[in-house]
Amino acid sequence: MIAIIDYGVGNLFSLVSSFKSIGADAIITSDKDVIRNADRIILPGVGAFSDAAKKLHDSGMDRLVIELAKSGKPIMGICLGMQLLFEKSYEYGEHEGLGLLKGNVVPIEGAVPANLKIPHIGWNALHFRGSSSLFKYIKEGDCVYFVHSFYAADCDESVIATSEYGIELTAAVQNGNVMGCQFHPEKSGAVGLNILRAFCEEN
Amino acid sequence: MIKKRIIPCLDVKDGRVVKGVNFSGLSDVSSPVELAKYYSDNGADELVFYDITASFEGRRLFTDILREVASTIFIPLTVGGGINTTEDFDRVLKCGADKVSVNSGAIKDPDLIRRAAQKYGNQCVVISADIKRVDGKFTVFSKGGRENTGMEAIAWIKKCVELGAGEVVVNSIDTDGVKKGFDIEMLKAVCDAVNVPVIASGGAGCVRDFVDLFNEIPDIDAGLAASVFHFGEIKIPDLKKELHKNDISVRL
Repeated sequence: MIAIIDYGVGNLFSLVSSFKSIGADAIITSDKDVIRNADRIILPGVGAFSDAAKKLHDSGMDRLVIELAKSGKPIMGICLGMQLLFEKSYEYGEHEGLGLLKGNVVPIEGAVPANLKIPHIGWNALHFRGSSSLFKYIKEGDCVYFVHSFYAADCDESVIATSEYGIELTAAVQNGNVMGCQFHPEKSGAVGLNILRAFCEEN
Repeated sequence: MIKKRIIPCLDVKDGRVVKGVNFSGLSDVSSPVELAKYYSDNGADELVFYDITASFEGRRLFTDILREVASTIFIPLTVGGGINTTEDFDRVLKCGADKVSVNSGAIKDPDLIRRAAQKYGNQCVVISADIKRVDGKFTVFSKGGRENTGMEAIAWIKKCVELGAGEVVVNSIDTDGVKKGFDIEMLKAVCDAVNVPVIASGGAGCVRDFVDLFNEIPDIDAGLAASVFHFGEIKIPDLKKELHKNDISVRL
């Protein structure tokens, strides 16, 4: 069973539907026992980093996620959920993340040529770095759907895929059982579902 | 680099797609779910659902349908029609919409854009504008293009973006339905004025019109059409192949 952590941010309807469509049993929950007993964890998130980090902290979910990550349970952060896995974010100030991955979340603006639109929104191609079992059902150059204004930087050791937007933006990360997608697999058609399918086989 | 998007738009009334689409293999040509799945399987990058229902009951049907679509297909969904309050945003977002398109609702109450952007993020708020030349000036029309608001279009769109709209759909009334190509002049004027994604609508008649659109306006992000897709005059996989051949970056 997959637990999609509900800590009061974002709309989880499509996420839970996408797991259902590939035959995986996923539930949206804020029950810590349910999360602890799940085989896999999804940390979702949309909106502002500071808000989400505060909600994770206030609900005690931050400590639980760190505990489960250290115990080896497969965890995937999606979009802002991926950004939360890092040490720090510089989204309107400076905020602490979960520190499960080395690196910082910084604005796309200023890092890419000024003529490019912010947010980075739409379909973009994945370029693999090394090999990850998360991509066993997709191929180099497959497109996924992004919506974000900040990206993970200084995280070379965990990057498993990038997308080109003036610079190489971090698209997906992995350090053992801790994984993250900047894009939305639940909105990336068959390619996205195939990434979720691979995640369901991680253990 | 980000891909140029191709977006079919479906009008829904009382839970059914208006102008039923005649594709082989579809058992129910006016089922929004079947059509959405057809388009998603055949290269559409995003779908727009436009609710043209007026009744309360029809609106409820629409959200039921939306929920079903969103649990069947997994590409971005934009929903428009009858969006006048942040509660309307809430209603469709909860059913799986990713973006909400406002038109007349924002003309009546421009602050709706600001409130919605604050609550759901700029990326969620799409301003859709129906524009027509009046005495040579780009002018905004409301109520499905029936009412002249007297507002100059470029200034209106700029204002909407400043209020927080994260994307703009430009529908040229002058070229809509004519099938002689997109309104390049109007679209260029909008692209030059804002730095958010701009979606072209109105006028597509053949594959060449899309090639011309993306070639002549490198800044345009997407092309939207309805009947040329619904009646099979343009097949999206063929369109994308042709765009790719012309060095326009698309998702194949």
